[in-house]
Amino acid sequence: MTLTARDIRVSLGRKQVPHGVDLNAEAGSVTAIVGPNGSGKTTLLRAITDEVPCLGQVMVEGLDIATAPGWQLAARRAVLPQMATLAFPFTVLEVVRMGLMSGGHGQDPSLPSRALAEVGLAGYEGRFFQELSGGEQQRAHLARVLVQVWAPVGQDGPRWLFLDEPVAALDIAHQLEVMDIVTRYARAGGGVIAVMHDLNLTALHADHVAIMSAGRIAAAGPPDLVMTDATLSKVYGCKLRVGVAPEGPRPFLLPHCAALA
Amino acid sequence: MARAEIGAIPAMPPIVDRHRTARRAHVWLAGLLVVVCICSLATGASGTSLWRVLTALLAGDPVSVTDRVVMLDIRLPRLVMGVLVGASLAVSGAVMQGLFRNPLADPGLVGVSAGAGLGAIMAIVLGAFLPSALITLVGNWTVPVAAFLGGWLSTIILYRVSTRAGRTSVATMLLAGIALGALAGAVSGILVYMADDRQLRDLTFWGLGSLAGATWSKVLVAGPMIGLSILATLYLGRGLNGLAMGEATAHHIGINVQRLKNGAIMTVALATGAAVAVSGGIGFVGIVVPHLLRLATGPDHETLLLNSALLGASLLLIADLVSRVIIAPADLPIGIVTAVLGAPVFLWILLRRRGLVDL
Repeated sequence: MTLTARDIRVSLGRKQVPHGVDLNAEAGSVTAIVGPNGSGKTTLLRAITDEVPCLGQVMVEGLDIATAPGWQLAARRAVLPQMATLAFPFTVLEVVRMGLMSGGHGQDPSLPSRALAEVGLAGYEGRFFQELSGGEQQRAHLARVLVQVWAPVGQDGPRWLFLDEPVAALDIAHQLEVMDIVTRYARAGGGVIAVMHDLNLTALHADHVAIMSAGRIAAAGPPDLVMTDATLSKVYGCKLRVGVAPEGPRPFLLPHCAALA
Repeated sequence: MARAEIGAIPAMPPIVDRHRTARRAHVWLAGLLVVVCICSLATGASGTSLWRVLTALLAGDPVSVTDRVVMLDIRLPRLVMGVLVGASLAVSGAVMQGLFRNPLADPGLVGVSAGAGLGAIMAIVLGAFLPSALITLVGNWTVPVAAFLGGWLSTIILYRVSTRAGRTSVATMLLAGIALGALAGAVSGILVYMADDRQLRDLTFWGLGSLAGATWSKVLVAGPMIGLSILATLYLGRGLNGLAMGEATAHHIGINVQRLKNGAIMTVALATGAAVAVSGGIGFVGIVVPHLLRLATGPDHETLLLNSALLGASLLLIADLVSRVIIAPADLPIGIVTAVLGAPVFLWILLRRRGLVDL
């Protein structure tokens, strides 16, 4: 019940970013990839979703993504891109319905509306997608992605969500809402891999964190073990202090404790 | 008294199932086509009346030789060719717009028709130099096949030039289209310069774009190519919908993007090649028809492509009707009629979507 990526290398010009990365993720938990700009987080996600050509091997639930047919992969995993583009004036409902295409869930026609309600966009079905705000567009795409792999566990095993900065354009309430959806998906047995920028949300919701730096994994493990002063300060190149939230064991960072090194 | 509340949620538009409307449009547009076909058969420079022919046929009376010739050898092939060419122009426009994710992509505007035309002109002028075995093998098909190859090659070049990492640059596409069109035009010019008198007569009608030369043999040549391209649209619609979200997302929802692109390029080349081969360059049908349909029934390609074929056929027959009656008994080249109707629509789209084409 896993995703394994072995020795992932992507050539960008003369550089290789990521440069020989291994990543393991378990279904039933949220795995976050964090790191500074340009460290290769998004490229790593693109590599393990077969979006950019890469060296190495990626197995999702026993399927080799380089050789498995697209429809078979689409039934097992859905991908939320960072920047969503859309040509032509489709309505929100029409966009979310596109998640039904892969057909791994018996084409239940009520799913799109249920997914829209889940992401807080109930009643938006008839709106034009291009007229939504950036955050609403991102949540509409999340609804489409949820429709594609609706049941966290199917007859042939867990489903996977690959999310590239799922909360980047959202306000704090919607950030929490989306992270809650994602966490519940994992608790129900599905797999989640998310590229994240917000370290506090990562600490709060991730079960497993991979910290990337210059195309390599600098540290990986549970957030309370890997998100330390030393590691984060070194990776981000600035002084950071990790504390513990009053109510629980999760680490948190406050910007007023941070300073440029 | 109604009072606006702070933070009230704006009224949501009702959920209109445009899919159902678009499916119903299949029937309406098919009906329109039938009506237009009847009008087209009934209209012409000669005194032949469709009513007279029909009543004679129903009563079992003999139909005069003139009426028979006018109906079966002049109006009917022209009608069938108008349907085929109109459908293929609209379908190639709609498929190309889906492929390039842009409502301004049209074979006539971005050099694909020019490429197909160059292929056809090459076949006419240089055909004499081809091995005679090949000529006997392809026969009547030489010109359409060459036009198909020309259109295919220019679509591939255009796609390679204007699409980087799965994203199409509108500016690059339009500029590359101008360059391709100019190049094809220049080479065509050289060939026309080389052509002898007989070939020149064959070539004259390319520039005009007309259904006047319709014959059954041309219909038989273009029919299968256009039929194939319309059949292909049944398989392209779903994929083109996914492609609207970009190549990567289309791949993630399970679409075989490479196969889709190849299929779309082949469809565009087949439809454009066949249309150009039999009727020369007729512009703007491919841009106006899909645009009107998107406004009316939405951009869902699963219904848009077939509706485009139906409406394209009707509109071209109407344009042909106009071109036949406006200066009767002479024929105004149909390309002029479609340009007069289509160019303002094109400008209108440009103005509405100016932000999209800013360089």
